[in-house]
This record gives sequence, C-alpha cells and structure tokens, in this order.
Amino acid sequence: MDSEKQKNKRGFLKENKWLIMRRLSQVLILLLFLIGPWFGVWIVKGSLASSLTLDFLPLTDPFILLQSVFAGFITDGKAVMGAGIVLVFYAIVGGRVYCSWVCPVNIVTDAAHWLRHKLNITGSVPLDKNIRFWVVVLSLMLAPITGMIVWELVNPVTMLFRGLVFGLGFAWVFVVAVFLLDFAISQRAWCGKLCPVGAFYNLVGKVSLIKVNAFNRDDCDDCMDCYQVCPEPQILKPVLKGESKSTLINDSACTNCGRCIDVCEPKVFKIGWRF
Amino acid sequence: MTKEEKARRKFISDTIKTVCGVSLLGMGAGLYSNSASSLPADILRPPGALKENDFLSACIRCGLCVRDCPYNMLFLGKPEQKVATGTPYFIARTKPCEMCDDIPCVKACPTGALDHSLTNIDDSRMGLAVLVDQETCLAFLGLRCEVCYQVCPIADKAITLEKQHNIRSGRHSLFLPRVHSDYCTGCGKCEQACVMAEPAIKILPHRLAKGHIGDHYRLGWQEKEKAGGSLVSPDAKREYNLPEGVVYDYETGGVTEKDSPFSKNPMDTLNK
Repeated sequence: MDSEKQKNKRGFLKENKWLIMRRLSQVLILLLFLIGPWFGVWIVKGSLASSLTLDFLPLTDPFILLQSVFAGFITDGKAVMGAGIVLVFYAIVGGRVYCSWVCPVNIVTDAAHWLRHKLNITGSVPLDKNIRFWVVVLSLMLAPITGMIVWELVNPVTMLFRGLVFGLGFAWVFVVAVFLLDFAISQRAWCGKLCPVGAFYNLVGKVSLIKVNAFNRDDCDDCMDCYQVCPEPQILKPVLKGESKSTLINDSACTNCGRCIDVCEPKVFKIGWRF
Repeated sequence: MTKEEKARRKFISDTIKTVCGVSLLGMGAGLYSNSASSLPADILRPPGALKENDFLSACIRCGLCVRDCPYNMLFLGKPEQKVATGTPYFIARTKPCEMCDDIPCVKACPTGALDHSLTNIDDSRMGLAVLVDQETCLAFLGLRCEVCYQVCPIADKAITLEKQHNIRSGRHSLFLPRVHSDYCTGCGKCEQACVMAEPAIKILPHRLAKGHIGDHYRLGWQEKEKAGGSLVSPDAKREYNLPEGVVYDYETGGVTEKDSPFSKNPMDTLNK
C-alpha cells in the first residue's frame, strides 16, 4: 500500500504513460481501418492480414503468407512486398511490438489479467512458454497436409480484428474463450504461451534494434511491481539480478510494451537502442 | 538420480506433454478444416477465384476485394457460417455480381487468389446458371416471363429463348430459357431476378452443374470437322450380306434396289 501512495504522487499520467500510448496505438490502428466503412474516408483498406494504405502502401501479415506458401501457393502479388515491409519494420522495432501495440487480442488478455489480479485469483494451470513455437510448427505443417491455411480458420487474432472491421458474427466466441482461458484457467496463457502469431513475431524480433534497457538496475528495490505487470515476467530476472552482463532485455519474448517503465518507482528501465 | 538426470527427465516429459497437446490441437483443427472447406452450393466466389482447393491456400482473408467492390455484394465468411472463415463470397439470390468492366475486386487481391490474368469479366466463371425446375418455371407453364433472359448481361448468348409448341393449349408457343455454358459467367443476375418465390433458375458451382461425357467418347461430327472430312473412307467397299439386286449407296441413298425384278407397284407383281 505504501508503494501505491508513492505512485499516486507521481501522477496518473506518468504512471501510465506507456500503457496509454499503447492503448491509443491499438485503438488508432483499428480506427484507421474503420473510418473507411463508417465515414467513407479511405485511408486504410483491408485488415491486419493484408491492407493497402492510401492506395499505395501494401502491408501483409508475413505469418499468414508463409502458411500460404506452405499450403502450396506461391504468389507474385503485392502481398510479397507487403510482407517484406512488415518483416523489416518489426525486425527493427521488435517483433512482439505487434503483440502489445497492434494486436486487438492484447486488450482482451490484459483485461483478463487485470481482473484476475483484482479478484486475487492465484490458481493457474502451468503451461510451458514454448508451446507457442510448437503451435507455429503445427500451423505450418497443417498447411501442406490439408492444402489450405488452416490456422486462419481458428485464429482469434485475425478473427477479432476482421470481425471488428467487417462484422463480428460469432467471432466473439473465440475472443471470450481466450478471455476465459486467461482469466480462469491459466494466467497469461494465450499471448504468453499459446499464440503462434506472437511466437512468429518473437522469432522475427531476434534481431530487433529497439530494446528495453534496465540501465539503472543497481537502484532496483525488489518491489516486484515490474514482475506483476510484465506479460513475460521470466525475461526480467536475468537482467535485474545481474545474471547477464548486459542491462538490455535481450529476450525477444519482450513485447516492448513499456509497462515496466511505467510502474518502476526507482526508474530502473528505459527504452533505447540495442547498441 | 542426479540433478542432471532429473532435469533430463523433466525436459523429456515436458516435451512429450507439449507435443501431444499440440498434436491434439492439430488433429482438431485439421478435422475442422475438412468440414470448413466444403463450400455450400449457394455460396459463390468472386470473379477470377481459383479452384476452391487452390483458393483456400491462396486467399489470406484480408477483405481487400470486399472493400473494392463498388456494389458491396461481397462478404467475408464468419466462423458460424459454412464458408471458410474470412474468405470472400456472395449469394446470387440476394446480391449478384454486377460484372464491372475493370474488375476491381480482382485487382485488389494481393496474392492472386483472384486470378490477375482475368482481364475480361465475360471470361469469369463464378458458377453456372441452371434451370433447376422445369415444372415450376413460368416459361414452361406457358407464360411469357423471360425475366432471366432480359436481365442476363451476356445478352442473347448466355441465355437464349427456344421456341416450342405448347401442346397443352394447342395454339400457343412456349419461350423456354436455355443457358449456354460457353457464355454464362455465373454472375447470378438471373437467379436474383427470377420472379418466383423460390427461383427456378439458380447458379450452381460447375462441379454440380455440369455433366461429363467421359474421355473415351468422340463426337463423330466434331472429329469429321477436325479432320476436314469423313474419317470413314467413302470409297471403302464393304461386303454386306444384301439380298440380290440390292445395293448400298455410300454417298447418299443408303440401301437401294437396283434392277429389281419387282415393280414398285405391288399390283403389277400380283397381276403378273
């Protein structure tokens, strides 16, 4: 409770700067897709799977395109350039920036985690954080076996976004399922352990240039606030406890959400370049 | 057991658990994909769509074709529908394809799931109109309906009217619509326009609409045309076991009598 009072002194904005920016980013991206159908102002067309901005810039989800290739279809269309641009972008800013700054499911799972914390639910089915990489392998393997992009039939990420832009239908069932999974069954299960889209971007982010830096780790007072808010808390310990030489959070599971920067009273973290 | 051994055992058991769990998920998704990929007959794909199997590997479910359709007649499949989630479709009876000359939906497709080599909309084959019910079609009942014929964008080619005597009334004609698969694009205008409560003409996927004669069949008249003449030599003399005085004329007459001992008039023979 003491730390909470201190935080309040810092002020709401300072305490939630990165979270607010992140929510703004998520909502703005969604709005860009929606002002077309709502008001007839066409800045962005399509969905996160593939879009065209200002009739000029193609952006394509490289993971879906890769599944399409595995299913036996090689395209020479705009999607190739679109996927290339997206790959380069996330390779620079951090692969899982997609998860925390773009993906609409992040809002759902963050809400589940928030409610779980509020209601003080502690029981959680343990799931291995590497399952998601197996699901990547699975989605890529199912493509040639069935000859189609199977994961897109069940992918809650694209289903929610497409639903919000083109009409939801019963896609909400998948979203509620993800919420219930994270809320009641296993904490941070979807984004942190199962979702192959995040796992794919995790792999893209191996080379990323922008990282969270615990440059001030000597000031850490072990309050555990960052562990509480971090969607991938296992990546903090090696850096904070000095197990790694570098103060950079180098694990590509980091979503660069910046929530640790928000909550840290002694200002241990900052965001910066890898080098 | 040493610490290393324990760690190894844990690693192996964890890996097995994960692989089994993910495989279960995979089997479920694989089976679901099987049912999700069977396209219902009343669901039509946009112009230029690849064959359904190829389409499901090529379409990345982005919705750009839907956005660029100026008539808003394309929709994306929702999870509760029987069409693969996120893939574009239209329903002829409610909103048919307007067959734009510049085919914006095909141009919008970023992968080529809608084939970019389709440049003339008249070449598209979204399905095939079939007059599924001759018992209720107003034209077959003797009315001059002809609505499907009138709305067809490939005027007088994809649907023609065949004139036939109305034997029921004995003094009228029937004007029967007939679809020609060489021209029909499957746009669905006829199905939408059919005035009946349930249309007598419907767009069906080609797999349901078309018969197939079998590859071993040859149509004699086509082969003759291809060869530039009859493949059976007209000069070939064949030995037929014909009655005396009867000959076979290869060119025209078929079986004819030659120098018959009998007159054409049977009375002559009787009077002989």
